[in-house]
Amino acid sequence: MLKVRGLTKRYGGTEVVRGVDLHVRRGECFGLLGPNGAGKTTTLRLLLGLIEPDSGSIELAGIAVPKRAREARMKVGVVPQMDNLDPDFSVRENLLAYGRYFGMARSAIAARVPGLLEFAGLASKADAQIAQLSGGMKRRLTLARALVHDPDILFLDEPTTGLDPQARHLIWQGLRRLLNEGKTIVLTTHFMDEAERLADRLVILDHGRVVTEGAPRALIESHIEPAVVEVFGEGLADWTHARAAALCQRFETVGETLFCYTDSPDTVIGALKQAPALRYLHRPSNLEDVFLKLTGRDLRD
Amino acid sequence: MTHFFRLPRLSWRFIPVWQRNYLVWRKLAIPSILGNLADPMLYMLGLGYGLGSLLPDVGGMPYLTFLAAGTVAYSTMNAATFEVLYSSFSRMHVQRTWDAILNAPLTLDDVMLGELTWAVAKSLLSGLAILAVIWGLGLYGDFWMTLWIVPVVALVGFCFGGMGLVMNAVSPSYDFFLYYFTLVITPMVLLCGVFFPVSQLPPPVQSVSAWLPLTHAIDLARPLVVGSMPDNIALHAAALVIYGSIGYVIALALTRRRLLK
Repeated sequence: MLKVRGLTKRYGGTEVVRGVDLHVRRGECFGLLGPNGAGKTTTLRLLLGLIEPDSGSIELAGIAVPKRAREARMKVGVVPQMDNLDPDFSVRENLLAYGRYFGMARSAIAARVPGLLEFAGLASKADAQIAQLSGGMKRRLTLARALVHDPDILFLDEPTTGLDPQARHLIWQGLRRLLNEGKTIVLTTHFMDEAERLADRLVILDHGRVVTEGAPRALIESHIEPAVVEVFGEGLADWTHARAAALCQRFETVGETLFCYTDSPDTVIGALKQAPALRYLHRPSNLEDVFLKLTGRDLRD
Repeated sequence: MTHFFRLPRLSWRFIPVWQRNYLVWRKLAIPSILGNLADPMLYMLGLGYGLGSLLPDVGGMPYLTFLAAGTVAYSTMNAATFEVLYSSFSRMHVQRTWDAILNAPLTLDDVMLGELTWAVAKSLLSGLAILAVIWGLGLYGDFWMTLWIVPVVALVGFCFGGMGLVMNAVSPSYDFFLYYFTLVITPMVLLCGVFFPVSQLPPPVQSVSAWLPLTHAIDLARPLVVGSMPDNIALHAAALVIYGSIGYVIALALTRRRLLK
């Protein structure tokens, strides 16, 4: 569905995208993860043909981009990071206006509107103004708008950023439904639980390069020990110095927390019981551990 | 900059952009018409009658007629300018409507052509409203001749729409547009023969005036109001087309640099 080879993009002297290869199969949900400034949004804009790469090739739904970007965009629906619904139009009018940009006849769009409103859970809000919608409703409408021309593939740029848990679950439910209908989804996100939940496969980008690629479970298994014990509290430094190396396969201290990666969490917890001043949290390792291991813990602004 | 410059690739896909603006305008048509049209008309009638009664013929015609012909061009210029400055800027920068449209199979060339043609439509509305007053008050020499004012108005709208889009492309905020009004639009209103003949100005200023697009607009509109064929039609029309086209092409490059980098 999407084939990218050797994609690069330079701004002035700095290479923002440095030789990215991607291969997205039909019907899968593909995650594009990475810290701020890793090149995710630039990559999405390159894929849509909005900007031209310095080198590399892109084939989107079988169509060469940017050469035939117009045709390619006919097959793609986009949910941008920032809501850009048309505030001068009602919910229904937003869908009608957007369909016309794809060259659809008014009657063809009108026929799709009830289904899209139902999908977005906005059937009762068809004539509401955009300002009256909650953040979650706006996102759902943006998602419905991206589907107005029945695209084969969807690009979602951080679709649930800024939403409350209920609203996020509704979006995830909608995306599941689209995957069941056979749509292909390319998703960028900061939320590791979101990627773990939705993505069949994902890549982690950092400094414009793919640092790893695979299914979320497989990535966790190959990069991280099965369990993590996070330790914090009074006397952590001494305890770390005395015990951590022996107890943990791998450990690191971040701020006031020790992350202890281990195959046998019970041994670690047993040892911690003898240090009552310390508190701890025991959990299975997850995608966030992989992400932080590969991209580091420095703040990216 | 050179990297962003290329000749526009025009396509019919601009039509849905035009249509979008039209549908929004239709919702607010009444206040918009009052706001855009009543103002120039009040000035024209107030000054035309009030000042005109104190004056002999100006430029060989009653002052009200003189002013009405100038107001056709002036009001058209304002309508196009306001549209591509404040309204286009809202759509591009504040509402990010352009970003949404660019994810569909439209290019920036299409979006900005839609904005430009919409500015022409708004100009036509403004110009025609003044023309209707000219008809109503019988300020014209030859009715059939005044019909040529319609294409002139469209050209003026194109010219100032294209020029204004350049400002839109470089503006960080609404406040920035004040520079354009103070440094470009207002001087033009005073130098190009809206309120008094250019011949009243000192000769060096007159030669500046000859280069300004509003002068060309008025040189076409005023003779058509009084019922004579304008001189140098091709020159004036070409000046308006060139100003507008160059504006559109530069605006496209600057906006591409702004949005599609």
